[in-house]
Amino acid sequence: MAARTRYAPDRGLTARMTATMFLLGLVFVAFVAAIVGIGAAAHASDAAIVFFAVVLGGGVAIASLFYSDKIALATAGAREVTPQQAPELHGVVDRLCALADMPKPRVAIADTDMPNAFATGRNANHAVLCVTTGLLRRLDRDELEGVISHEMSHVAHRDVQVMTVASLLAIIAAVLMRVAFYSELFGGGRRSNNNQNAALVMLAVMAVSIIVYAISFLLIRLLSRYRELAADRSGALLTGQPSALKSALIKVSGDIARIPTRDLRAAEPLNAFFFAPAVSLRGGPSLSTIFSTHPSLERRLAELDKVQRQLGQVAR
Amino acid sequence: MGFLDTLLGRTKPVQPKLDDLFALPSAAVTLEAGAGFRPTGSGSVCFRAVEGRSFADVQRDVQELLDVSAGKEGGLPVEVTKDSYGFTWLVSSRMSSELDALVTDLHAVNSALAEAGFGPQLLCTLVAFRDDQERRLGLVYLYKRGTFYPFAPTGGERRDNALELQVKGVIGTDLKFEPDLSRWFPVWGAPGL
Repeated sequence: MAARTRYAPDRGLTARMTATMFLLGLVFVAFVAAIVGIGAAAHASDAAIVFFAVVLGGGVAIASLFYSDKIALATAGAREVTPQQAPELHGVVDRLCALADMPKPRVAIADTDMPNAFATGRNANHAVLCVTTGLLRRLDRDELEGVISHEMSHVAHRDVQVMTVASLLAIIAAVLMRVAFYSELFGGGRRSNNNQNAALVMLAVMAVSIIVYAISFLLIRLLSRYRELAADRSGALLTGQPSALKSALIKVSGDIARIPTRDLRAAEPLNAFFFAPAVSLRGGPSLSTIFSTHPSLERRLAELDKVQRQLGQVAR
Repeated sequence: MGFLDTLLGRTKPVQPKLDDLFALPSAAVTLEAGAGFRPTGSGSVCFRAVEGRSFADVQRDVQELLDVSAGKEGGLPVEVTKDSYGFTWLVSSRMSSELDALVTDLHAVNSALAEAGFGPQLLCTLVAFRDDQERRLGLVYLYKRGTFYPFAPTGGERRDNALELQVKGVIGTDLKFEPDLSRWFPVWGAPGL
């Protein structure tokens, strides 16, 4: 394509994300090596425990990926809406899909006053996009479009799949940690010959699992923050309006978001229990408030400033 | 999107496909013969404006270019409207017999935006038709897919799906129709329709 482009990739972000994923891979290799090393010194029964942890952890991860849309919708208490029920919202999604040449995700609305949105689903064809009524009330059309384009970028980047694969290691390590702990508690008495040896092996497995879990947990959070920045960037490039996304972020993440918009008499009594970042929606990246999985507001605004400058430049 | 792009969270903006637009005039002849719909002479390009000086300059240039070419032939100046979704429509109005000139106008807008690096901002182009019973029909061209689909609003937020499918059948292979019906998205209140 000979056309000039003003949509150059952000090299710094790419480099940091690559480094994070490389480190995750490194931890994974070290983990496998450590477990294999320990397993070689141990009995068949211990190898079976490791195998069990891998199968169980992998199964949980695949199941949560496969049912991510249903799980997330149920957790958020969201219901799917038809174009007749929410014509404006569907209109915004329609146009963004046409602009980005993406299949249209299903659209859902969750009835809570917390301004939030998320997109999930195992692939673009099974994606579901959910916004809360609090978000719809607070944002104007341009800001809403900014938030939706951010969420659609998550779908385009396949963030649910990438993060599932990235968390696989942490899940397996967590399962192994538990299994080793319980077999240490209850299994010790049944061993007759090298009781001492087996106990040591289980302790080693537990120690390795704990370390791996801690490191991979931090790396996953880091990766998640980079992917949020990437989605901000792609979303702003798609609509061409970084400032709309910026003002949406300020409204959603700032203190303003804690001030309710719904009339006191109409608010359900339950809403009193919602605290600022109360809705923790696992299984899908979300444009939420202050979350450790999300970069700080200042950081996100600074990155969007870069996009703004880039769009204003003369094409190269 | 490639594997690496997925892994690194990059999206390459989709470049528009422009050339298929020129299939419209011959399809219009088929449409008139088969279903009695004639072009009204108005057509529009819809795009998402980018904030900042650079885009504003390009848009002004395009407008001037079209005004000059319309002025020479005694046509109406280009009309610019912003819809409620924040998208900008450039509406060009010609005589109903000048479909070729209209398509050339529309293509001039596309190529000017693409030339300046704003190709990914193009959403769709719409050419309006009408029949003897004053039924409205738009042929919408989706830039990112390079395909057409019919859109027949019937007042309010309703569309005449039977007519749309009939039009698709009548025109047949003269136009590249969008095979995925879920992408025949409505453009309610589109200017020029």
